[in-house]
Amino acid sequence: MSDPVERIAVSTDQDVVRVRQLVRTIAVSAKLSLVDQTKLVTAASELARNTLVYGGGGTVEVTRVDNGRRQGIRIVFADQGPGIADLDLALTDGYTTGGGLGLGLSGARRLVDEFDIETAVGQGTSITVTKWCR
Amino acid sequence: MDRVPILKIGDILLVSIQIDMEDQVALQLQEDLADRVVTTGCHGVIIDISGLDIVDSFVGRTLATIASISRVLDAETVVVGMRPAVAITLVELGLSLPGIRTALNVELGMALLARAKADERAGDSEWDEIDDEDAETAADAQP
Repeated sequence: MSDPVERIAVSTDQDVVRVRQLVRTIAVSAKLSLVDQTKLVTAASELARNTLVYGGGGTVEVTRVDNGRRQGIRIVFADQGPGIADLDLALTDGYTTGGGLGLGLSGARRLVDEFDIETAVGQGTSITVTKWCR
Repeated sequence: MDRVPILKIGDILLVSIQIDMEDQVALQLQEDLADRVVTTGCHGVIIDISGLDIVDSFVGRTLATIASISRVLDAETVVVGMRPAVAITLVELGLSLPGIRTALNVELGMALLARAKADERAGDSEWDEIDDEDAETAADAQP
């Protein structure tokens, strides 16, 4: 049995709010603790905003996952934007090209249990994050 | 677009954020508050975020900017009602909201503003702080 994938196209500010609400709903149903719900929704908000602002829009997919021992939530943020040229730099606290605080990517990574990023200049960026129930 | 209402109570502007704000709504609040501080001449701003279940870096930065703008316009800002899970997440995110005064609830926020105002009348605190900073800078400059 595979869990359904909830998918949201992100092209406006309003879509970022919808991503937050969807992740919140699924985090509650997966019985994440309140602090973990808050961390996951916050990370999703940062990454969905990046998809919109830096990626020029894209998609967010949310799935319930089960590794046999624990349940969790996996979220994939994908865009076909310019990609990230220097990933190490982009993951450094305080580095920004967009006039923000430079905490979105680095901060979001701290808020989740697993964080994978695939990016290629000119081809886009795909970020997968997972949060497990404790 | 939704708009966050701003209430005037005596010398204080009170904002209670009860919706999940789009980024544009947060920026609109920043502008609206600056306008209201000037038109009302209020010296205190209280922002109640007890209705927010997350504060991400955008909202955090907006709160810090509101505090800075208000200060330039001669008003102090206090952010009140932050949920514990939000505080934990903010710190882990790397956002410690420097320069923002906080209180646990609206009542304590009002007390904090009243105290700040009384201190200002007494003519101490703020000027003392500036003097101290100057003295430290001078001391650092010594070889």
